[in-house]
Amino acid sequence: MKPFTSLDGLVCPLDRANVDTDAIIPKQFLKSIKRSGFGPYLFDEWRYEDSGEPGMDCTNRPLKQDFVLNQKQFKGAQVLLARDNFGCGSSREHAPWAIEDYGFRVIIAPSFADIFFSNCYKNGILPIVASVDIVDQLFRECAAQKSYQLRVDLETQTVRNPAGEWFSFEITPHRKHCLLHGLDEIGLTLEHAEEIKTFEQKHRVAQPWLFN
Amino acid sequence: MSGKTLYDKLWESHVVREEADGTCLLYIDRHLMHEVTSPQAFEGLRLSGRRAWRKDSIVANPDHNTPTNHWDEGIKDPISRLQVETLDANIKDFGALVYFPFKHANQGIIHVIGPENGTTLPGMTVVCGDSHTSTHGAFGALAHGIGTSEVEHVLATQTLVAKRSKRMLVKVDGSLSAGVTAKDVALAIIGRIGTAGGTGYAIEFGGEAIRALSIEGRMTLCNMAIEGGARAGLVAPDEKTFAYLKGKQFAPKGADWDKAVAYWKTLASDADAKFDAVIELDAAKIEPQVTWGTSPEQVLAVGGRVPNPANESDAQKRVGIERALQYMGLKADTPIDEIKVDKVFIGSCTNSRIEDLRAAAKIAEGRTKAASVKQVLIVPGSGQVKRQAEAEGLDKVFIAAGFEWREPGCSMCLAMNADRLAPGERCASTSNRNFEGRQGAGGRTHLVSPEMAAAAAIAGHFVDIRKSF
Ligand code: SF4
Repeated sequence: MKPFTSLDGLVCPLDRANVDTDAIIPKQFLKSIKRSGFGPYLFDEWRYEDSGEPGMDCTNRPLKQDFVLNQKQFKGAQVLLARDNFGCGSSREHAPWAIEDYGFRVIIAPSFADIFFSNCYKNGILPIVASVDIVDQLFRECAAQKSYQLRVDLETQTVRNPAGEWFSFEITPHRKHCLLHGLDEIGLTLEHAEEIKTFEQKHRVAQPWLFN
Repeated sequence: MSGKTLYDKLWESHVVREEADGTCLLYIDRHLMHEVTSPQAFEGLRLSGRRAWRKDSIVANPDHNTPTNHWDEGIKDPISRLQVETLDANIKDFGALVYFPFKHANQGIIHVIGPENGTTLPGMTVVCGDSHTSTHGAFGALAHGIGTSEVEHVLATQTLVAKRSKRMLVKVDGSLSAGVTAKDVALAIIGRIGTAGGTGYAIEFGGEAIRALSIEGRMTLCNMAIEGGARAGLVAPDEKTFAYLKGKQFAPKGADWDKAVAYWKTLASDADAKFDAVIELDAAKIEPQVTWGTSPEQVLAVGGRVPNPANESDAQKRVGIERALQYMGLKADTPIDEIKVDKVFIGSCTNSRIEDLRAAAKIAEGRTKAASVKQVLIVPGSGQVKRQAEAEGLDKVFIAAGFEWREPGCSMCLAMNADRLAPGERCASTSNRNFEGRQGAGGRTHLVSPEMAAAAAIAGHFVDIRKSF
């Protein structure tokens, strides 16, 4: 996993609530057995006029010009600004894979769906929960200013706007540690292999029917 | 000290270790798998030279990509085929307790085959790279969906890194009226709390009306906990649960059975347990539900009318309604029972079990589908369900009504195989998601119960089954 420390990122505003994982990456792309290459199909149905199929070359596909990702001023954005309940729906990790592959490293929203939220951390994406008021303000500023950027710093857990105003966000120490150092969580867990085995032994004695 | 909720009991009995910030390593008893969310996890395992910690915890089977007809022709789409073959190869290399490859007599939707084999038991932790793992909470198991990185983590360590959820009790008291099903209860709850209402919570369903539901009905309800934003849904196990499990292939036997039941009986929230949120509904007031929009919370009783955005004061919500109406091709204030359907889909891990098929067949018996309805798909949830339905002659009822009787799988629930809606087509569906494009790009989905879906197939439009059938 790529570590995440801080970034100064261009902001792309996606002004709709309940953006679901079927919208983020439609199911036909879930047929891939790979982990990468989903970026060109991010928001496929909202982004292109034609219907996308896995493996398709997207460079010459007709674009829906009014979709925000297709607008020139948001090219290269690394911060996705979103509304309530972002990432609801399925558990597909293809959704954060597509978001990361496209180039986003931070998502700011008033709320996220649970599974999507934890999937982000496993893929070097920082999901930030901010209050509705703050998110409203960011949308307003983003609409008013060209090349609107935010500075996101994980160490201090802060987000700063161009005017220098800032807000702080929450993250568990465990997730912060893994994200800052790009750590492989499995390796960390296996340091506790003996504890897992001890637990398993007790569990097996108490409920033998759970072991076949 | 106040008592414990069922969720607390399940959680605490699986904590291997806990960090100062509350992050836990949670032991996982059952790992369900399908072909879509597992290939990258096995690949990761291979790349790091790791093995599966406990292969006897794995129950797997392909379901999303498999066709539901012409099985003799195999899987035609080469990308789908590769994904299914990759699961075959991965299970061959890493092992599993149960594996039903494509065309096996017991193959089906993973959330249907787990319970029917007794590989889902009360008191377990159950995970799967699939959000509808919440289904298994119907047995009093702590069951929820995980991402592919977590699938790899569970494979390698038999644990999950997780934090305790908040606890919500949804209490449904009173009794349901005739024609109102577990599906309607699920939709009514989501209509009430919203699709984000359960975010951060595990929901326990309780109250008389829940106790009165069959085990299959409880599965339907827990299945849709995720549509209410909750990762996990739970119903405390009871005599019905034990009766359902007794004699199942992987259920405990002999002395173990008695010991297990004694333990399972302790799996209920204590009378003085505290919940972080409590929602109460009156079962008698729940009517047959139909979704009208592109989110499961956009739902109404069948006697209602499609909302008018002009009546919504919240600007963001108004835009949401306008967008949904436009996508769904509906005019504001249209009575729900005037909405005509092009196709009907009865299936999915929400409603493809034997009781669902019996309920649909009861409506279809002696009737035929409306000429305006292009296709009615009946897709059983598993090979076992299919055989049972055929033994009862339900297939004949469906075929006589002009419905199509298919092979088991996920099918048009998410349209990864050939079963899908064409752009603009409108479908009455017993599945769980009505998102844009879910059943095919441009397709329009209305979520309903099996009875309501069958009735729409006969009438050609939605009808109140309490009045017309
Ligand atoms: S039936 Fe639908 S919701 Fe259930 S597992 Fe299959 S695709 Fe997912």
